[in-house]
Amino acid sequence: MQSVTETKNEFVPTIVAFCCNWCSYAGADLAGSSRLSYPANVKIIRVPCSCRVNPMFVLKAFQQGADGVILCGCHPGDCHYVTGNYYTRRRMSLLFGFLNYLGIEKDRTRVEWVSAAEGAKFSAVMNDFAKRINELGENKRLKDLRVKENGHE
Amino acid sequence: MNKTEEQIVKRAAELLDNKEVDKVIGWKKGEFCFDPSPAAFTSSDELKDFVYNDFCGANLSKYLVNECKSGGKIAVFLKPCDTYSFNELVKEHRVNKEKVKVIGVECHGKLDIEKIKSKGIAAVTGAEESGGKVAVTSLYGNAELDKNEVLLDKCLTCKGKKFAVADEIIVLNEMEETKNDRFSGVEALEKMSEEERFAFWKAELSKCIRCNACRNVCPACTCNKCVFDNNASGVATKAPADTFEEQMFHIIRAFHVAGRCTDCGECSRVCPQHIPLHLLNRKFIKDINRLYGEFQAGETDEGKNPLIEYRESDAEPSSAVNGEVRHA
Amino acid sequence: MQRIGVFICWCGSNIAATVDVERVAEEIKREPGVVFSANYQYMCSENGQQLLKNAIKEYRLTGVVVGSCSPRMHEATFRKAAESAGLNPYMVEIANIREHCSWIHKDREEATKKALVLVRTAIAKVNLNAPLTAGESPVTKRALVIGGGIAGIQAALDIAEAGFAVDIVEKNPTIGGRMAQLDKTFPTLDCSACILTPKMVDCAQSDKIDILTYSEVEDVKGFVGNFKVKIRRKARYVDETKCTGCKLCMENCPSKKGLNEFNMNLNTRPAIYIPFAQAIPNVAVIDPEQCIKLKTGKCGLCQMKCTVGAIDYTMQDKFIERDYGAIVVATGFRPINIDHFNEYGYSENKDVITSLELERLMNAAGPTDGVLLRPSDGKHPKVITFVQCVGSRDLTDCGKPYCSKICCMYTAKHAMLIREKYPDTEVHVFYIDVRCPGKNYDEFYRRACEQYGVDYIKGMVGKIYNENGKLMVQGSNLIENEQVTIASDLVVLATAIEPEPSVRKIATLLTASIDTNNFLTEAHPKLKPVESPTAGVYLAGVCQGPKDIPETVSQASACAAKVIGLLAKDSLKTNPCVAQSDESMCNGCSQCANVCAYGAITYVDKEFRLGGGKTETRRVAYVNPAVCQGCGACTVTCPSGAMDLKGFASKQIMSEVEEICRA
Repeated sequence: MQSVTETKNEFVPTIVAFCCNWCSYAGADLAGSSRLSYPANVKIIRVPCSCRVNPMFVLKAFQQGADGVILCGCHPGDCHYVTGNYYTRRRMSLLFGFLNYLGIEKDRTRVEWVSAAEGAKFSAVMNDFAKRINELGENKRLKDLRVKENGHE
Repeated sequence: MNKTEEQIVKRAAELLDNKEVDKVIGWKKGEFCFDPSPAAFTSSDELKDFVYNDFCGANLSKYLVNECKSGGKIAVFLKPCDTYSFNELVKEHRVNKEKVKVIGVECHGKLDIEKIKSKGIAAVTGAEESGGKVAVTSLYGNAELDKNEVLLDKCLTCKGKKFAVADEIIVLNEMEETKNDRFSGVEALEKMSEEERFAFWKAELSKCIRCNACRNVCPACTCNKCVFDNNASGVATKAPADTFEEQMFHIIRAFHVAGRCTDCGECSRVCPQHIPLHLLNRKFIKDINRLYGEFQAGETDEGKNPLIEYRESDAEPSSAVNGEVRHA
Repeated sequence: MQRIGVFICWCGSNIAATVDVERVAEEIKREPGVVFSANYQYMCSENGQQLLKNAIKEYRLTGVVVGSCSPRMHEATFRKAAESAGLNPYMVEIANIREHCSWIHKDREEATKKALVLVRTAIAKVNLNAPLTAGESPVTKRALVIGGGIAGIQAALDIAEAGFAVDIVEKNPTIGGRMAQLDKTFPTLDCSACILTPKMVDCAQSDKIDILTYSEVEDVKGFVGNFKVKIRRKARYVDETKCTGCKLCMENCPSKKGLNEFNMNLNTRPAIYIPFAQAIPNVAVIDPEQCIKLKTGKCGLCQMKCTVGAIDYTMQDKFIERDYGAIVVATGFRPINIDHFNEYGYSENKDVITSLELERLMNAAGPTDGVLLRPSDGKHPKVITFVQCVGSRDLTDCGKPYCSKICCMYTAKHAMLIREKYPDTEVHVFYIDVRCPGKNYDEFYRRACEQYGVDYIKGMVGKIYNENGKLMVQGSNLIENEQVTIASDLVVLATAIEPEPSVRKIATLLTASIDTNNFLTEAHPKLKPVESPTAGVYLAGVCQGPKDIPETVSQASACAAKVIGLLAKDSLKTNPCVAQSDESMCNGCSQCANVCAYGAITYVDKEFRLGGGKTETRRVAYVNPAVCQGCGACTVTCPSGAMDLKGFASKQIMSEVEEICRA
């Protein structure tokens, strides 16, 4: 399917960013219209609210080979849906702590609050996150975890 | 027949004969002394098979979910730790407490037959604990074992002898509180490096044969239809070897019961592969306590669990994951 | 399999300069399900939209992906175009290849590759899209205003003015609220009653407004456009339709020792009373705690004296049920209880009073007929000390952490009025800061200092004690850096305000959220300041946060505008991207309802067939599509996955994830 061939030996991480429609997605739009760049390997999925992000989406991303997953939402207190991001904050605090407990580097997951006015912050966050994932290298671990000890994948 | 069992059977017979209840949920004699299984009794005649001994580790609360669907009143025998599960089920409307009579029963910790067998004792015919020792009888003779060496793992970290709920109790001998440090296992893992933890869990989780025993026994896993059997979720697949389902199962299951898990330890007890599944749930419990304040699921049958609750001052995930923050 | 059409927009050079749009359109043709692919200079133009419409018809498209600017820009445009060509608008997805791609990447190859991934991801989503239809629900063209203070009065008048029926439910025997108790208003010093009472009269005279005083909201069911409200009409023991307000009963009542709430308990009133001269309705009410007849069965004087036979001692509380389309909450405030502040000695010294008490002492209709006399001995006070921020901006358990906002201004008003009326009086004010933003506010405060010679002392008061009949106010003067003690005749405490406690029950009934200080929460602090998160419920006045009269009136009118906008519709179109529960999988565990900020989820017991003639009754969640706002909080809380969000379904998001990671 992939028609554009990559130089195989250069590591380009896959990064999935879940952005809430009202703040962070708009913040990403502002980063765009302000021409504030961040790496092209950051790909954004639009969700109505950060509280729509099911832990299963995060796990699915890692299982499918993502090297980093970042969740962005409105700042606590500014949620378009009043309380959505408060639940996100608890859920992801626990989930990401849990993934680290299983041996996944804690820097592969992140939650950031980015408002619609924070285009510069959006770009800075993505640059920083991508840089960190680059340093961590390929996410062999969750790929490995799904492989049975005795072989078949 | 021990005194407690006698008392329990007597009470069960009374309740059934007086038509105070239509059904009693208890433990039924198995082939051996060490394999009693949960069962429903509908008449006092059936009670001859009723058993309550030191191998009755099973938490009966979950059986109420199905039994409550039919009409009539039910009596259930619950050990102190099982009562928390009962409250949690009431809170989530899975059990109608109006229909249930909870009878709290005495428990001094239940025994693990595998541990007894591993002491080289075969063909066990009976075992009774008293005062830190367990007297085991077998076809090949008797033995006395140290109680702590043969208790179920879940009983080594006993939550306490308090009944979170009980309409009446049958306790003949005072139950001694045991000191425990239930988070030490989690702490040991937390102290390891990420590589070591990963290796540990990789080794443990790859033993899983997806028999679903943990899910089937778990009193918090009472979904009408499990998400892993739900096509719309995008995770269910018919092929049992699918990697996502298989490997993410335990993570998602642990997350789903987070804040609702009473730490009853049934998942680890029934795992045929001896995966220490309770260490997954306890990590969530430990973090919830640390971040959002001490919380014991099932302490009461109302209120909200920590994941459907929030405070404006909650910790940010970045610092929460680092283990730096503590609930003020 | 869908028949998908892909449209790649150049956006002039905005996209085309960095993304090879032709190559994207070409390569995407090979994706399974794509039956048409094109690129065009401006997809949002008339011609671009026509291209899309034609392709939908010609290629019988079932799904559309537009690779263009942000969906926040033109999603609605393309959905509308698709709808006009006969395609369900929710079968259109946007791949954001401008803001999220061409504008931020310089390398053409890199940007083109990313654009391809983004378009493929959108295709993956569209493949799982389902046509959605906006539902409709009717609107009851009647509004309910809870609270009859200035906020409620203003909201009701505006709504009635637009031609809609509106009911005011007020728990007290008269409307008017706190404003009726005030003497003068800042910054113009006009008489409060003179500007309020005409509005009260307007309410009474309007044929659109029904005033239900001495009544409380008991229960609320339903949702936006369709509320069903049960109202308790408390027994007044006086027939409202007969009473003429002649006050003969008041004059003859032998039980005269009741505390007069309207005068802040500074004097007394009879057991049967009309709260104040301009009360609306001008109808008496009997205080059952005080009435001798109701307590002992003996007396009945008022019944004998009443010329119209309005008195009925057997009256009982009555319940009425009415339907409303919208609800305005305007429950107002009260001063906090300051008995616990030992340093001010409020409960020990009669001459330490609150500002609201001072309002009554200065009012011509008050207990002293408007002559400023101190409560202890009825003498004219020569030295008056005001203390600001009593319980406001106070982090101890006794006080409130917030600023009550109105105190700086009314204290300046009091100080000025006293100096004006009694120039021989010495006036001191202890303050932390003076906060007077607002039109003509700072000027007003400066007049108090500069023209009226009010002595403002920056510092807090540590102690107030009685010494030889003088109230010694001990405090610090931070500017002179010294301790000062002022021997005063009267001390006035600018007491913090808090929401009327009855708001808690109302918030619960309306599933409107409340903050830690019991103020109702607005739907958005900046952009939806008068809407509650619960659709169809609006907030006016101090119930939402401390504010003065002009702000309260503005907010009330804003509420009215929102209500009128709602009631003007015959039916409401509901957002189809809402949560939906699959009953076959739902456990009825209530976790979803617990996280719903809108109260959109209720539970019903439903019978299910099990096969073999057997049935089982299970409790299952039901999402009201008219109330759900589509955030998805419930979907993650649901362990069984029974709850899903239309338009952002789990399966759709999972396939987007998969597509991004596949690249």
